[in-house]
Amino acid sequence: MRLSLFLGFLLAGLALFAAGLSLIWTPYDVTQLAVTQKLRPPSAAHWLGTDHLGRDMFSMIMVGARTSIAVALVAVGIGMGIGVPLGLAAAADRGGWLDEIIMRANDLIFAFPSLVIAILITAALGPSAVNAIIAIGIFNIPVFARVTRGSALPIWTLDYIRAARVAGKGMARISLQHVLPNIANVLIVQATIQFSLGILAEAGLSYVGLGAQPPTPSWGRMLAEAQTMASLAPHVAIVPGLAILLTVLGLNLLGDGLRDALDPRLRGAR
Amino acid sequence: MIEARKLTVTHREQVLLHRVSLKLTPGKITGLVGESGSGKSLTALAMIGLLPPGMSVEGMIDMQGRNLVGLPESVLAGIRGKRISMIFQEPMTALNPLMSIGEQVAEALHLHEGLDHKTALARARERLDRVGLTAPRFPLSLYPHELSGGQRQRVAIALAISRRPDLLIADEPTTALDVTTQAQILDLLRGLVRDEGMALLFITHDLAVVASLADEVAVMQRGAIVEQGPTEPLFRAPQHSYTRDLLAAARSMPRLILSAPSPALLEVEAVSRSYGLGRSRQTGPTPRIKAVDRVSLTIHEGEAVGLVGESGCGKSTLTRLILGLDMPEGGTIRLAGQNIRAGRKIPAALRARMQVVFQDPFGSFDPRWTVERLVAEPFHLTGRPRDWRERVAEALYDVGITGDALRRHIHEFSGGQRQRIALARALIIRPSLIVLDEAVSALDLRVRTQVLELLARLRVRHKLSYLFISHDLSVVRQVTDRVLIMRQGQIVESGPTARVMDAPEHSYTRELLAATLQIPDKYVG
Repeated sequence: MRLSLFLGFLLAGLALFAAGLSLIWTPYDVTQLAVTQKLRPPSAAHWLGTDHLGRDMFSMIMVGARTSIAVALVAVGIGMGIGVPLGLAAAADRGGWLDEIIMRANDLIFAFPSLVIAILITAALGPSAVNAIIAIGIFNIPVFARVTRGSALPIWTLDYIRAARVAGKGMARISLQHVLPNIANVLIVQATIQFSLGILAEAGLSYVGLGAQPPTPSWGRMLAEAQTMASLAPHVAIVPGLAILLTVLGLNLLGDGLRDALDPRLRGAR
Repeated sequence: MIEARKLTVTHREQVLLHRVSLKLTPGKITGLVGESGSGKSLTALAMIGLLPPGMSVEGMIDMQGRNLVGLPESVLAGIRGKRISMIFQEPMTALNPLMSIGEQVAEALHLHEGLDHKTALARARERLDRVGLTAPRFPLSLYPHELSGGQRQRVAIALAISRRPDLLIADEPTTALDVTTQAQILDLLRGLVRDEGMALLFITHDLAVVASLADEVAVMQRGAIVEQGPTEPLFRAPQHSYTRDLLAAARSMPRLILSAPSPALLEVEAVSRSYGLGRSRQTGPTPRIKAVDRVSLTIHEGEAVGLVGESGCGKSTLTRLILGLDMPEGGTIRLAGQNIRAGRKIPAALRARMQVVFQDPFGSFDPRWTVERLVAEPFHLTGRPRDWRERVAEALYDVGITGDALRRHIHEFSGGQRQRIALARALIIRPSLIVLDEAVSALDLRVRTQVLELLARLRVRHKLSYLFISHDLSVVRQVTDRVLIMRQGQIVESGPTARVMDAPEHSYTRELLAATLQIPDKYVG
């Protein structure tokens, strides 16, 4: 296994493990305030210290991982669930009116800066984790539609597709039976990368107060709350920052590693 | 004089080339023949020092007293191009699409010979003239995409000979070209060897090409040279059994089946299809090319009809129209009396009477499906019978694939086996007509002969009609009753195969026949 793939698995796995574990166990209750214990540096009792309300940072990071991963996962799910079928349809109808409509609609979404529109959406619908998911998910649709169409087009020129057409199969059936399985690896890689972008976007929205609402801990809001304390207790800013950085880095490494491992052309070039 | 002595190439314990010795004389052409995977290209790469990393070489490459094996890359780089040069099968990828042809030829001269830009360009002009791309029609400012395949191969040759190498290695340089273009390129190479006095190592799988070109022949099998010698004696009296096999395959003729008069199965009447040429930003109508221009043809039940033409003649478009994958702009296509319209409107029962086998044994199958599922795919048209597994096994047995093939994936099979599986897939729903779109073109000689014989057998057993599409007249001669010659979207000549081959009426047919290489009669021992 290559180093990047290994590191990616390790970091992403760590975040996933923390999120999973937080469902059943955290060192402290994250809704429990202990103002007398506020802004303690890391110690044996509080491994990553406490924040300005005396909450245990380690527990907060664990639950925050859950929020981030849940939001990003569902957002990627929305993007794939809608984007992949659209991309497949566009590729099947290459050059036709359906292709034109789908791809121009994609261009339209792409034309807006994603985070700004996400802010607009959450501002209009009210800040919540669900609305953050919707906002991030919408911007994942054109990404998946384009990647799907782009990798499906060369598949459509292959002889086995023609053979399937001679066997009387329709476009939808061919897309599902032949095209989708053969582009799955590309989509998996893209999903990993979109997942990391989703975590970043969630952190960004939470930072400006439009993501998950208190008392649900979120890495982005932890950063925002730490802003004024950073000079007093640097760890309150560093810890959530590092959590975001390492998770996103891990997912990107994982995506790159998977791309290399799954793409036979790159495998030979090493 | 360049000589390879006992060249052995190994890759992780595996011996890829075994004690290959070749003597390449200035002014002589040496043909290196063998089937795919026999080590021909590896021999060439070893000689020019371009083996993939991880392979180790033993033995000696003696270039005028100097051993090239083991020289550092920096020294070898100086020898490549200057002393040894190479051209490849695919001329498109050998040229830089963003550089004009003149600049590409001049660049090598400028970089390595130290010529100033103007002199280099003048020399490039002279080299391009020499390969037949003469001044007024082919200015130095042309780009590769503005040239045909044959012209690009000429540019690649001009590049290779720009610094007057002692040895030119040509790896299947005409395999991707049409027959008439191939004849011209072979003429050019012959002339270059004579005029420039260089040695030419010509790698090919095609015995007819070697017979018409080479002074000496070396036959390779499984990484070793099994026989070598002057061309004529080698062809006349081959010593090694493998050479005899190859020659027998090249000369074999499946017995011709003459079909009795029977009702028409496929009737194509005045069918046309044209395509827009590119997207023009200017106003006005986009130029259109008539890919198929009022073509009519009839295939009777049980008849094998050949359709011959060079690339771009419209035979692929015609195939797509017949298969109902594309809409004709005019004319009608009838199968068993019923009209064919493109798309899903073709009734399944009608579509089931027609199946296809494609050229590329690698692209014809979904790599993720098992053979069982692949062969059963056409059952989509008829509904899957309860005994479909037995039917699949039976169809595979019919084409000579036995054993545990059903659960395996396509990458586990060789090219010849894949074409057999493609035939099984076409046969599974017992169609009346099978369209064979260059179905044997990508196969090695011996495998090709076997598949052709199989086709002849199946035709009798299942009362099949074939539409046999090919660029190769000699293959068509072996298996068809009637032949159609297509050029620029039109059928220029048609008639019984033997008549068309022996007494062609149209000038283009004569041209094609003249360009088709055959092993000369005098070489037959």
